[in-house]
Amino acid sequence: MELKMFILVLGLLVGSLMPLGGASGSPGSGTGQDECKKNNGDEKNGNKTTKKSFPVLSLNYENVRLPFEISLWVLLASLMKLGFHLMPRLSSIVPESCLLIVVGLLVGGLIKLVGKAPPVLESNIFFFYLLPPIILDAGYFLPIRQFTENLGTILMFAVVGTLWNAFFVGGLLYGVCQLEGTNLAGVNLLSCLLFGSVISAVDPVAVLAVFEEIHINELLHILVFGESLLNDAVTVVLYHLFEEFTNAGTITVTDGFLGIVCFLVVSLGGIVVGAIYGILAAFTSRFTSHTRVIEPLFIFVYSYMAYLSAEVFHLSGIMALIACGAVMRPYVEANISHKSHTTIKYFLKMWSSVSDTLIFIFLGVSTVAGPHEWNWIFVVATLVFCLVARVLGVIGLTFVINKFRIVKLTSKDQFIIAYGGLRGAIAFSLVYLLNPKHFPMRNMFLTAIITVIFFTVFVQGMTIRPLVDLLAVKKKQETKRSINEEIHTQFLDHLLTGIEDICGHYGHHHWKDKLNRFNKKYVKKCLIAGERSKEPQLIAFYHKMEMKQAIELVESGGGSKLPSAMPSTVSMQNIQPKKPPQDRALPQLSKAREEEIRKILRTNLQRTRQRLRSYNRHTLIADPFEDGLDEILIKRKKMKELEKKISQMNNYLTVPAPPADSPSVARARLASDPQAWGLKSVTEIPTIKVELVSPQNPESVKVVDEFSKKGSQPKGSEEEGGLTMRVPSSEKQRKDKTPDEEPQPRFMRCLSDPGPAAEDEDEDEPFLP
Amino acid sequence: MGSTNSTLLKIPNVEVLMQETGFSPAHIIRLHDRFKALDKEGRGHLCPHDFGAIKELAMNPIGDRIIGAFFSPGKETVDFHTFVKILAHFRPVDKDRPKEPNSPEPINSRSNKLKFAFQLYDQDKDGKISRDELLQVLRAMLGMQVTDEQLESIADRTIQEADLDRDDTISFEEFRKACKHKRFTMFRFCIRPGERKLMLTLCHWSSELQDQHEL
Repeated sequence: MELKMFILVLGLLVGSLMPLGGASGSPGSGTGQDECKKNNGDEKNGNKTTKKSFPVLSLNYENVRLPFEISLWVLLASLMKLGFHLMPRLSSIVPESCLLIVVGLLVGGLIKLVGKAPPVLESNIFFFYLLPPIILDAGYFLPIRQFTENLGTILMFAVVGTLWNAFFVGGLLYGVCQLEGTNLAGVNLLSCLLFGSVISAVDPVAVLAVFEEIHINELLHILVFGESLLNDAVTVVLYHLFEEFTNAGTITVTDGFLGIVCFLVVSLGGIVVGAIYGILAAFTSRFTSHTRVIEPLFIFVYSYMAYLSAEVFHLSGIMALIACGAVMRPYVEANISHKSHTTIKYFLKMWSSVSDTLIFIFLGVSTVAGPHEWNWIFVVATLVFCLVARVLGVIGLTFVINKFRIVKLTSKDQFIIAYGGLRGAIAFSLVYLLNPKHFPMRNMFLTAIITVIFFTVFVQGMTIRPLVDLLAVKKKQETKRSINEEIHTQFLDHLLTGIEDICGHYGHHHWKDKLNRFNKKYVKKCLIAGERSKEPQLIAFYHKMEMKQAIELVESGGGSKLPSAMPSTVSMQNIQPKKPPQDRALPQLSKAREEEIRKILRTNLQRTRQRLRSYNRHTLIADPFEDGLDEILIKRKKMKELEKKISQMNNYLTVPAPPADSPSVARARLASDPQAWGLKSVTEIPTIKVELVSPQNPESVKVVDEFSKKGSQPKGSEEEGGLTMRVPSSEKQRKDKTPDEEPQPRFMRCLSDPGPAAEDEDEDEPFLP
Repeated sequence: MGSTNSTLLKIPNVEVLMQETGFSPAHIIRLHDRFKALDKEGRGHLCPHDFGAIKELAMNPIGDRIIGAFFSPGKETVDFHTFVKILAHFRPVDKDRPKEPNSPEPINSRSNKLKFAFQLYDQDKDGKISRDELLQVLRAMLGMQVTDEQLESIADRTIQEADLDRDDTISFEEFRKACKHKRFTMFRFCIRPGERKLMLTLCHWSSELQDQHEL
């Protein structure tokens, strides 16, 4: 049913695209202008000539033509994406990229049928508007640790591999062109080499599109993906080199040498440009605490500027973008608010997704549109040579690389790397840019490139998934990051650095440690605002985890506010309450207690289920808390601890100093307005009151309910449950407190004024991001 | 390689050492040179003071623990054999080693590496990482920038996650299990003491991504 409606909408859309897509530029606008002039003229001479009746409804398409068409295309792309996921069976067999190309072919065909010329993927549009979002998305979320650990391998594949491919394919093609029988004698060596260099580059867009769906293990993913990103520098250099040489006519040895220098300049220059903009962005984000709304804008604009600046100097724009994203990320994330972080993430994903879709659709359309010159021998030769070059290159390089690697690349890995070398739209656009005057066989090149792209995307893209399963290649491990992992990672880093120092060996860890120290001492102070600059990475990670857990707790029906960052808030206050000497603050829960907890949770959550906004796997069905019980126990222990601490705090008559507003804590509160927490005294901070059903106090459950009705409730949040948040109200509490907490409430009565303060909740659902 | 052989001959029991640890002759020589460089007074053995002279080690948060690992309990000095044996933990794992059922596990096997790391946490050598020991490690790594409260929260959470038998300590088995799921390279940790002259120019990638199936 959905599908049918969807297809109907789609048909209408495509139908409207056709006349618009084909509408030619100049005559249309010309008539538009004439009409305008005529109308003006009429109005001026309105009283002299016969008056036209006032147009109530007029059609002026030409004004809005360009934005309208762009929007239609984007809409088509998005609807296509939507549609594919409505057909799960199809999308599990065929990768999305293939389907999109097919759609592009269909649309192009339809447009051609109508008789207009279908639009071609303009290189400018591609390089300036469609490619940057994808690369920025890749660069910003690049897993730095894996990337740097495999950097040598990646560079080998990217630089040496691409060079090998380029010369192999170019050279052999030239050889083929010189053969008798083909009428390809007009293709000179330089053109072949240029063609070889363009087609040998693995394309990041295609790789991303295919690899993301097969969930391959991280090593292979980062190897192929990293290679596709870094080979841009090589491609740019080779492309410009050969283009220049073709214009110049002759090459000398110095030109070759200059080419190598040029390569270094292009790649390092791109990285430097990107890093500069990244640092600027990080520095700017330091001051955005009062204008949180435009934080994402800075990120995007700085990155785009990095790309464009690199393009101005013919440096590698892709490397600039990657460098910019990777450099600015740790600092920016420390500075910006949680909402901005989410915004950036989703905007990047959205743009890159749309770009990716549009690129593939346009590839299909351009295939129909583009001028083709089919030459069997050339095209087949190209295809064969590309595949052979890739396989040979990977095998040869792996042989060399494995001597230096600790985790060797197996032949399965090599196969996937070779097979994953997909070509894509970058190659197409580069050839499209060629000047037909200098390259008379440009059309033939285009045809050959499109054939290779189709082959790699369709055949290799479609078969890689079953092959991965067949070869039992390791898939990605979906493990949650745990605090254990973080601690042990850091510990081992320190250990290895220490051992390297003992051996007097300046290895990987030694330099990494030096870089970290430099970073901590100088860079972080400059680029991160306020308190966060001194915060060790482990703490930041811990805060993030706590916050995530808090969000999960709320979504699963817990309290509306969980200041689980409270331990740190409490600690940052100036008054250090004297903890009563306890070896462990956390009570040990016996089996019976655990059962009680489970029962309570079950009943409470069942009651609150109607109120839940989002159902996720944390909501209860039968007995789902078996798995999550550990997490729940941690949280509950924390709550009890917290409760104890707060009650101890209330022993003091002075109001503790306001908590230092470190962005991480503020972020934990999920209010981007730091003034929300002004000078509140501790007693006003709501706590979670968890009353366990204990033998001494059988009516505590009922009491809890009583409280929930009487106690202050913030707007519309979860009520009627045992896990409610409310301000400790003194008198009633006294009855319920278990004996060991008896002394405190006497003080609480003096201090806390829960009445008005309790009503003063200005936290309005901050928790659901 | 005449000079190599002559240097090798100067080291007592060098064949046994090479066999136990698996280092090549060139590595042994390299380590011997380093040993002599550290042993400034030429006594033939190292004391903690010699290790402390290494600048970078002093800055390392767990530097003193690492130094402590070289000295077996009760001994005040480290001779060359012990030095090499401890460093043998950090050799890359020999994948192609023939599995002889009766021979003891090589020093650089995965589980021995894990044991070594575990011992660095477990200072009192009772076979378990207690909460206090964890707190000490965290304090060492995080310095004075964090408060006790935060440290305790982290330590509690760490133990909660890893502790399976709920005794509030982390035993070696639990440690091993907790490390099993790491995405990164935890137990491929190793360094390659390079050939003498080429050491600084070769790329030594000491941590690579983990192959899950081999664990």
